Amino acid sequence: MAMSDTGITRPAAQQAGMPMLHKIIFLVLLVFLAVLPFMVYPVFAMKLMCFALFAAAFNLLLGFGGLLSFGHAAFFGSASYVAAHAAKVWGLTPELAVLSGTVAAAILGLAIGALAIRRQGIYFAMVTLAFAQMVYFVALQAQFTGGEDGIQSVPRGDLFGLISLRDNVSLYFFVLAVTFGGVLMLYRIVHSPFGQVLKAIRENEPRAISLGYNVNRYKLMVFTLSATFAGLAGATKSQVFQLASLTDVHWTMSGEVVLMTLLGGMGTIFGPLVGAAIIVTMQNYLATFGAWVTVIQGVIFVIGVMLFREGIVGVIARWIKRPL
Amino acid sequence: MFELLGIPPQALLGQLLLGLINGSFYAVLSLGLAVIFGLLNIINFAHGALYMMGAFVAWMLLNYAGIGYWPALILAPLIVGVFGIVLERLMLSRLYHLDHLYGLLLTFGLALIIQGLFRNYYGISGLPYRIPDALSGGYNLGFMFLPKYRGWVVVASLVVCFGTWFMIEKTRLGAYLRAATENPVLVGAFGVNVPLMIMLTYGFGVALAGFAGVLAAPIYSVNPNMGADLIIVVFAVVVIGGMGSIMGAILTGYFLGLIEGLTRVFYPEGSAVVIFVIMAIVLLFKPEGLFGRAA
Amino acid sequence: MLRKLALGTALGALAAGGALAQDIDVKLGVLNDRSGVYADIAGEGSVVATRMAVEDFKAAEKGLNVEVISADHQNKPDVGSNIARQWYDQDGVNAIVDVPTSSVALAVAQITADKNGVFLASGPGSTELTREQCKPTTIHWTYDTAALANGTGKAVTEAGGKKWFFLTADYAFGHSLEENTSNVVKESGGEVVGSVDVPFPATDFSSFLLQAQSSGADVIGLANAGGDTINAIKQASEFGITQAGQKLAGLLIFINDIHALGAQTAQGLQMTSAFYWDTDDETRDWSARFEEQMNKKPSMVHAGVYSAVMHYLGAVEATGGTDGDQIAAWMKENPYEDALMGQVQVRGDGRAVHDMYLFEVKTPDESEGEWDLLKKVSTIPGDQAFLPMLDECDFTKE
Repeated sequence: MAMSDTGITRPAAQQAGMPMLHKIIFLVLLVFLAVLPFMVYPVFAMKLMCFALFAAAFNLLLGFGGLLSFGHAAFFGSASYVAAHAAKVWGLTPELAVLSGTVAAAILGLAIGALAIRRQGIYFAMVTLAFAQMVYFVALQAQFTGGEDGIQSVPRGDLFGLISLRDNVSLYFFVLAVTFGGVLMLYRIVHSPFGQVLKAIRENEPRAISLGYNVNRYKLMVFTLSATFAGLAGATKSQVFQLASLTDVHWTMSGEVVLMTLLGGMGTIFGPLVGAAIIVTMQNYLATFGAWVTVIQGVIFVIGVMLFREGIVGVIARWIKRPL
Repeated sequence: MFELLGIPPQALLGQLLLGLINGSFYAVLSLGLAVIFGLLNIINFAHGALYMMGAFVAWMLLNYAGIGYWPALILAPLIVGVFGIVLERLMLSRLYHLDHLYGLLLTFGLALIIQGLFRNYYGISGLPYRIPDALSGGYNLGFMFLPKYRGWVVVASLVVCFGTWFMIEKTRLGAYLRAATENPVLVGAFGVNVPLMIMLTYGFGVALAGFAGVLAAPIYSVNPNMGADLIIVVFAVVVIGGMGSIMGAILTGYFLGLIEGLTRVFYPEGSAVVIFVIMAIVLLFKPEGLFGRAA
Repeated sequence: MLRKLALGTALGALAAGGALAQDIDVKLGVLNDRSGVYADIAGEGSVVATRMAVEDFKAAEKGLNVEVISADHQNKPDVGSNIARQWYDQDGVNAIVDVPTSSVALAVAQITADKNGVFLASGPGSTELTREQCKPTTIHWTYDTAALANGTGKAVTEAGGKKWFFLTADYAFGHSLEENTSNVVKESGGEVVGSVDVPFPATDFSSFLLQAQSSGADVIGLANAGGDTINAIKQASEFGITQAGQKLAGLLIFINDIHALGAQTAQGLQMTSAFYWDTDDETRDWSARFEEQMNKKPSMVHAGVYSAVMHYLGAVEATGGTDGDQIAAWMKENPYEDALMGQVQVRGDGRAVHDMYLFEVKTPDESEGEWDLLKKVSTIPGDQAFLPMLDECDFTKE
């Protein structure tokens, strides 16, 4: 699908290391996140970081791969189930539980991706939706997922068998390390030669083919990577909340991550993080308004599509004339 | 009598008939989506919300204005259609030059807004809407008891679906429409008001959703979420039938109703997912859909 | 995010003529569904019921500064557990009240035990709360699926409905409801001729009802809840199933559901409840006060919230503190009685034992008002209504 006619500013190729501006932003972000648990409720801050990573992973596929998946909840949710199961039933330590969830998402991503990338545009979106619905069905029916109740009371365990994560603050820094590391890795992928080829494919697929690139292999790789990082986010979330539930695999979760990415600015590095932060904060602080949250989300969607197709960060990037 | 996998043939016949009834809703809804997609290239995610709106408008007409079922069957789709036209003029019309995905995202947002608003004002429990007197009761068909109203649903949907198909594929107006989507500039040059035509088409597609909503009001409770999950299924129906194929959408709607009905007998737990399995298979092996032209 | 309501802090200081015996801050968090399927049976009504209890307990005069806050868990365990944690960790909440939807309730029970609060469960139905996942600080007050099964299942079977067919909502709650009821039916001399797992949520039940019809069962047991039950009952009437002689047994139905269906459609349906507003003068008075604020009659969940909060406040007064383990222990040691729930004794596993009642929905002729919907058929004594206590869940023995 050609997303190039959308007027989104495309960052110029960044071949030589990370530009100073990005370094500064990452540094400021890291400092901010290090003091955040002492300012707001740590569990809320952790939720925020998990969704930021989820949105960033999704953005790798949509913003840089040009592929709209409508079924990313499948990877987020299944990783969350596997990680919860691993920690609770197999008694694995948190880092191994998260790892097993992530691996599960990667395998699932590879399998679904191999089938889905054979289609384009809206058909691609529909194939991913179809598979996500099947994953949801399995989550509802399978024994180990606990059906409607989900997997509850997942123990928090000891990191590497040594450091107790029962305390919110120590867990927070574990989550910070995982999600921040994840986002940095995504950054690295986007700015690698692989990322450049992706960009070429997104801009002009026939041309990339004529240059001798095996387009499908690249698409499958980016799909799998995106699924893997989405899984990393989901697996981490299950350790934070100590549960995995159907919410994580439902199609509305797939819709939410699209919203976050779109709102923040797809195809930007920092956009999805901003989008996730806004949506999660909104859900948290507007919870008492009940259905109004849905209305407000809808309004943001509409305004975003009508007026800010570049997203918040995209607009800022245009103002300061620097890629963000 | 012989039995098929332990199910007596009479019971199976009953289940098939019920499948056909559900298929009627799929057919009318997917027809609306297909009309909009085929002629406007917009994937209308708000279709489920507008279907729900149709049911609510019927309920409001009855409770606030004392207008009964039969006038509502005409009025509610009109009101929903006009509402759709407003949306088209204000928002959708500004997105035609962009990728399909923006239309999808916009209508997704609209669906959230519409459903959220109704949920705020009418709660979630659902509101009762009585079956009109002329259609209460039913027929004993021997193998099952068929409520008159369900029979009416099948008849009404068949009439509307094939009427629409005829209008688009066989009349002059339909020919203009099809031509306008192929080459709007050329058709405009012949003196046809293309934007007006597109606007009315969207209004019509949306009115079909409203019509399905009124049909559904007496048998399912009128509630703000009634379209939320249905929309995903109807999407699948359109994709399976072939995006933009009018006849494909209609036939697939009835066909999938039947398949779903059979699944409910042989593997009831799977009836919510069977359509997605079929969609995945169709997309992988015949991506243009069962009735679609190769893209 | 939370609606706050400071009750009587100022009043308490002024009203006391003599010296206050004690001065304790108590914060109650009402956590339930405020926008989804359970918004009517729980929702804002449970907040109102909590406030009424605080008022009637005369908390301020007794030196308790009670604050009530509330939030919407949207029926999502992750949202609910997030709020519960935040309440205990940050907002100084001492007890969480209500929590319909079993998946959320199970998560809250765990967190409450970790944080040494008290969980006054009125909305959820899962027996797991006092069995597989029992916690010393969980008080399961109003009903559970076993009590509903015992009430409706037993009464209907003994009244001649021997052959049962279940329409089961295909998730944990539905299956446990079916299992509980099947056991009761078999114990009472009935048999289960079949069942069908219906995807949840569903709008069209016709296919499943037809299967139930051709099974030749006397009774169709509806092991589902909320909108699913309403739709199933409506469609059973549409397809002439009830008219043809098969009976419907709703296993989890609230007065609000009957109200939504209307007496015309629901007449003759039997259901089990812990409370009905039109029982005696006291319940009518209490319900009228509730109705003034909510414009509808209270459900058994609302009544249960009221009683549970009353008993909890009694425990706070008696123990002079808000320590979760101590309060829960006190609530189990001391019986409680009021007009809404009758005599209540909380068992060692946290199960509040009280009588349950079997009701039948009135016919339109019998019904004299919008809410005049039920007539009592029989009383199920508390010791028969609930499952026996599991030994490993008896937290009172050391």
